[in-house]
Amino acid sequence: MSLYENLSETQLDAFREIGTIGAGNGATALSQLMGRKIGMSVPAISVLPFSQVPDAVGGAEKLFAGVFTTISGPAPCNILFMFPVDCAKTLAGYLMDRKYGQDEDLDEVGMSALAEVGNIVSGAYLNSLSSFTNLEFVPSVPALAIDMAGAILNTVLARIGIAGDHALLMETVFSEIEGNVTGHFFLLPEADSLEKIMEAIGVKG
Amino acid sequence: MANIIKIGMADLNVAVSPDILQTCGLGSCVGICLWDPVKKVSGMAHIMLPSSSLGKTANDAKFADTAVPLLINEMRKNGADESRLVAKIAGGAQMFSFYSSNDIMKIGERNVEAVKAVLQSSRIRLLAEDTGGSYGRTIEFYSENGKLYVRTINLGEKFI
Repeated sequence: MSLYENLSETQLDAFREIGTIGAGNGATALSQLMGRKIGMSVPAISVLPFSQVPDAVGGAEKLFAGVFTTISGPAPCNILFMFPVDCAKTLAGYLMDRKYGQDEDLDEVGMSALAEVGNIVSGAYLNSLSSFTNLEFVPSVPALAIDMAGAILNTVLARIGIAGDHALLMETVFSEIEGNVTGHFFLLPEADSLEKIMEAIGVKG
Repeated sequence: MANIIKIGMADLNVAVSPDILQTCGLGSCVGICLWDPVKKVSGMAHIMLPSSSLGKTANDAKFADTAVPLLINEMRKNGADESRLVAKIAGGAQMFSFYSSNDIMKIGERNVEAVKAVLQSSRIRLLAEDTGGSYGRTIEFYSENGKLYVRTINLGEKFI
C-alpha cells in the first residue's frame, strides 16, 4: 500500500528533527530578507493518500499561490511553498515596499518577489539537509502558480504518483509574529529518497 | 433532491440521475466524464498520469489507461450500456510555466493525449472538452442531462 509504511517512529523523529532545523534556518533567512520577525511551527509529518492532500491546506478549491522547486541529486525531492493569496500579496508587498489592494492581482514583479522568497527559504532548508546528510541537493529555478490549491498540487503530486499512491508531507507553517502572513512549506521526497536520507544520517528502522 | 458526489485526486465514482459528480481543482490532472443517455448513468474519473506503465501501484484510478476500463465496468454495474457511452473531458493544464523543457511539466498535455487515445480504443465518442491552458478547473457532471459544468478562478464558468 504505502511506500512509507516501513518507516519506524525513530526514523520519522529523525526526519522531523532535520526538518525543524532546516525550517529554522528558513525562518531566519526569511526574517532577514523581510526585516520582520518570522516564526515557524514544529514540522508536522503525515502520510496521506493523494485525495486527502488538498485538505491539508484547507480544500482543493481554495485560492493559493504556490512556489514549486524540484530538487535533483542522489535523493530527489520536491518543495512546494503555498501561501493563501492574501498572504502572498502581503508578503510580496513587504519586499517591494508597497501595498496590493484587495482586488489587485499580483503583478509580474510581485510574482518574482514571491518566487525569490521560495528560493531563499528552500535554499536555507536544503543547506541544513545537506550538512546533516552529506548529500547534494540541487534546487531548480522556482516556478510559480496562482490558482486553486488542488490544481497546484496536481502537478506536484504527479511526480510522486509515478511511484506510489501516498505522499509524505512535511509541513511547516511560517508566520509573521506581528501579523497574518502564513505559508505552508511542503517537502515531498520522491520514492527512494527518504531511505537514502535515512541511510545517510545512519538511522535504521 | 440531487446529491453531489465528490471525487478526489486519483479516484473515480458513478452516479445515477439526478445525482451530480464533482471534482475540485483539476490542474494537470484530467477529469473524464462518461454518460449513458438512456439509463442516465454517469461516471467520473480524476486521473493524474497518462499510463500505468510509468509505475506499479494498486490504484487503477490514477492512470488514464486503467481508469477508463475500470470506470466503464463500474457504470455497467449500475445499468449503463457500454455501447451507448459518450464522453466529455476537462483539465490537463500546465500550471507551472517556468521550465517547459522538463517532461513532467507537460504532464497535463500528455494526460489529455492519453485520455483521448483510450477513449478512441474503447470506441467512446468524445462530445466536448475543455482542456489545456494554465489554470485550474472545478467540474460538475450532471447525470440527468450529461452536461458538464466547468468553473475557473479568472476565466469564469461555462457548460460544455
